[in-house]
Amino acid sequence: MLDKETILAALHDVKDPEIPAVSIVEMGLIAGVEIAPERVRVKITPTFAGCPAVEVMRAGVEQRIRALGVKDVKAVITFEPPWDSNRISPEGRRKLKEFGLAPPRQYTGTLDLIQIQFVACPFCGSEDTVLESAFGPTLCRAIHYCNNCQQSFEQFKPV
Amino acid sequence: MNALKELLFRLADDELLVGHRNTEWTGHGPILEEDIAFSSMAQDELGHAQAYYALLHELGEVEPDQLAFNRGAAAFRCAQLVELPRGDWAFSVARQFLYDAAESVRLGALTKSSHTPLAQAARKFIGEEKYHLMHGRTWITHLGGGGGESRARLQAALDQTFPYALGLFETSGADTAIVSEGLCAPEAELKRQWLELVTPIITKTGLKLPEAPAIEGGRTGQHTEHLAPLLNDMQLVFRTDPEATW
Repeated sequence: MLDKETILAALHDVKDPEIPAVSIVEMGLIAGVEIAPERVRVKITPTFAGCPAVEVMRAGVEQRIRALGVKDVKAVITFEPPWDSNRISPEGRRKLKEFGLAPPRQYTGTLDLIQIQFVACPFCGSEDTVLESAFGPTLCRAIHYCNNCQQSFEQFKPV
Repeated sequence: MNALKELLFRLADDELLVGHRNTEWTGHGPILEEDIAFSSMAQDELGHAQAYYALLHELGEVEPDQLAFNRGAAAFRCAQLVELPRGDWAFSVARQFLYDAAESVRLGALTKSSHTPLAQAARKFIGEEKYHLMHGRTWITHLGGGGGESRARLQAALDQTFPYALGLFETSGADTAIVSEGLCAPEAELKRQWLELVTPIITKTGLKLPEAPAIEGGRTGQHTEHLAPLLNDMQLVFRTDPEATW
């Protein structure tokens, strides 16, 4: 029987097609793994409920676990627990930044959207940035501008 | 129909219709950022509609796609507010602001719903909804504070949309059970919280809060003349071949 670590290691190969640099494990999308002999169940908690990439990732999870030799595999979407941006791992944050997406700040308690404005530029590190639009090319991104290096950049939205 | 299903149809149909109306700004927004904003909000709303229809499917209703694309106007339980044509951009901003404020308040109540899957969905959606409300609040403040034509057009839009927005809190025969079964808070209480939320934002800019009675009917299947043509448009492709696999 496979253990959870083996399955999570394999799931590092599954990516959000819109952010191919970071695995769904690093993004904190895996909400649960249940293992029985010959049978695996995975729960995925999506970043945004309307995310069009969810089905691709769900199918990707099933396919990857089948490749480990398990026949009875099912991945389901859940809102429990609801995904929030604090679930992104430190490694995930580093990779987001490398990919050119500013990672969302960690927050405690309830998210105050004021915080979306305070983000460091992923290119030059300057904090002299302004929020241009809370909506970007995908549901999970906002558009900012860096006054220091004078470039537009995107932030993965805090949720 | 039982109270839970009635509630879920209201939630799902509101989101589907307002989402569809917002897609009508894709490629037509006054500035690129707003084109993207309305398209993104539409995507969120359609995602929420799909999730609510999935909850109905778990309760024995047909598949989500069938619920969205294979019902006639009389079966819809959306408020009339969301059926209205998109109008000018001020109209859509006013509608979206009033609608999002109502949705925020409602989602807050639904996080305590006795139907656990609904409470879980509400806890998820409420985080996304914050961005919508921030968007609406920003534009009410900008346009309302702008004076001149922008204030005049926004005031006209508020005057038109406000009575329909009050209709979001319409009750039907199901509401006694919705409250007694702990599914959601009473509509009158949600309306009170909604007024508390929208009034200062509107009046702070010098805009006037319209005084007019609610326009109701949607929750009992009575709709404006705009719903049927909208459904014709939205459902045309699906109905061409309802059994097709996409």
